[in-house]
Amino acid sequence: MIISIVGMKPGEVGTVTDIQGGQEVTRRIQGMGIRIGKKIEKQGSHFWRGPQRVLIDSFKVAIGFGMAEKVFIKVERNGNK
Amino acid sequence: MEINKILLIGNPNVGKSAIFSRLTGAKVVISNYPGTTVEFMQGYIKINDTRPAIIDIPGTYTLDPTSKAEEVAVRMLKDGDLAINIIDATNLERNLYLTLELLEKDIPVIVVLNMWDETKHKGIEIDAGKLEKALGVPVIPTCGLTGEGIKDLVKHLPKAKAKKIKCLTDEERWRHIGRIIEDVQKLHHRHHTFLERLEDISIKPATGIPFAVAVIFCAFWVIRFVAENLITYVAEPFFEKLWTPIAMKASALLGSGGFLHDVIIGKLVDGKIDYTQSFGVFTTGLFVPFAMVLPYIISFYLVLGILEDFGYLPRFAVLADNFMHRLGLHGYAIIPMILGLGCNVPGALAMRLLEGRREKFIAATLMAVAVPCIAQIAMIVGLVGQRGGGYVALVFSTLGIVLIVKGVILNKVLKGKSPEILMEIPPYRIPQLQGVIKKLWMRISSFLKEAVPYVLLGILFVNILYALNVIDFFSKIFSPILRNVWGLPEGAIAALIIGFLRKDVAIGMLGPLNMTTKQLVIGSTVLAIYFPCIATFAVLVRELGIKDMLKSAAIMLSVAIIVGGLLNLILRF
Repeated sequence: MIISIVGMKPGEVGTVTDIQGGQEVTRRIQGMGIRIGKKIEKQGSHFWRGPQRVLIDSFKVAIGFGMAEKVFIKVERNGNK
Repeated sequence: MEINKILLIGNPNVGKSAIFSRLTGAKVVISNYPGTTVEFMQGYIKINDTRPAIIDIPGTYTLDPTSKAEEVAVRMLKDGDLAINIIDATNLERNLYLTLELLEKDIPVIVVLNMWDETKHKGIEIDAGKLEKALGVPVIPTCGLTGEGIKDLVKHLPKAKAKKIKCLTDEERWRHIGRIIEDVQKLHHRHHTFLERLEDISIKPATGIPFAVAVIFCAFWVIRFVAENLITYVAEPFFEKLWTPIAMKASALLGSGGFLHDVIIGKLVDGKIDYTQSFGVFTTGLFVPFAMVLPYIISFYLVLGILEDFGYLPRFAVLADNFMHRLGLHGYAIIPMILGLGCNVPGALAMRLLEGRREKFIAATLMAVAVPCIAQIAMIVGLVGQRGGGYVALVFSTLGIVLIVKGVILNKVLKGKSPEILMEIPPYRIPQLQGVIKKLWMRISSFLKEAVPYVLLGILFVNILYALNVIDFFSKIFSPILRNVWGLPEGAIAALIIGFLRKDVAIGMLGPLNMTTKQLVIGSTVLAIYFPCIATFAVLVRELGIKDMLKSAAIMLSVAIIVGGLLNLILRF
């Protein structure tokens, strides 16, 4: 199933399938290493729509809630396709 | 080809400044968080018979700039003869994007694989030879902190040639990088280290917030402990035992009174020098910077340096993100504020890393109003502290409330909304003693060179203004505000005037006014709020533009009038 970074559970791993931001936001997100085809691991999130933390290869990135909502990830979950 | 200008370019926090410092021997601030360098730094290196300039460029992820710091990087690229592209070897894939963009330009490139030593701990294996073949330019592994590989780099400098590969689209670049990575890099599984576990603990909200509280508490405790001991056991004995006898002799030589005596030694209190009351250039003028402020500068920057090098600040920024959004900022903005606690000038410079005009305006106005520099803090602790620690806490909590209330209001009033955080969180690294000491010394010496002369000048200025009756003149004009709104004596106007020059001297000037505790609390708070010192003002004019700065200044003055007035109404002691 495809969900945004925000929807991922901590510890869940998935593959980036789409970034639905404006051109500039998309470039910034990609420049940070979050791009289509990459495997990323959600590490955690902060309350009140706070930043989401993800692990890409061997580095960690904090990404704001609104930006994280724009990044879509394909994850495998039991019972879902 | 003759090389005149060598550029150091790379992603943020890959160690450009460390390499710069190794190549040129120049002293620059190095920390473990993205965005330590916001202005380009220039130094020189000797290659055979030439002495080309080396320029350390603020970090950038791509060549399409998103902040002013990155814009600087791209502009600098146009007139370089050689680019040293510094790569964090533990983040090869992401770093290579900038490398490819560089290779497309008509400039010779040398790639430096920095933090080479860390790849081993992280289970990353890179074949540097293969990478060199894949990129077609020299690739040199280094470790900036220890200096490993630097000689090799210098040897390769004259041989670099421009590659100028054809321009690729975004997608093509990433595909190309993917192929390179597959070929040159292997990742091995390994167990989590203690530092990595600490990384998790200090960033998860449930454990990270208590951890942050503990860090702040410890930081304050250490800063105070070190500074107070330096004052009690080093600075004060020095002045009392060694300096006072000399100054008293000078005082007698000058006839114990008169204009010249008052400028140099100041007014004697009961026939003696009182370092907080006399206000002579060679008494209070030396005592304030060396015995009251310097101990706090040393202890503050020691603690800050360790936190910076350890890599704690970005985590604090992530934890603070939510809170900072209420003030119209995002978490990263807390880093300039923390730097501002040392001195507002570097704080104001670091604001370049904030994306938009709105954010910069809010951050600058908040810092100038509610973030006192360590020199000011030291003076408040020294002076207000004599009346009781609770009063010091009162001044700082008032500033804290002002920061929050003003941030919330600005966020509501100003159009637009706060941008979101997008920041790499670097790994923790054990600070190296040598690095910490070197950075501490740089910051102390810049205080000695850039601040102490202004303190002396400030005190000289005060004496001249008094002698020319200028202060009396202003006292009369401003006494309605001072007396009726803030409940301060007329003489406090002198402190407000000098506050434009140096805030520490200004707070010190409240000392001889025989104020009540309430007046002292109000006076210190108003002095912190009403205007930045001239050095910060100059930087803010440059960073914000004169128009925004004037708006910001108007806000500062109104906040000072309101807050001082409220304190005068509310406080009952």
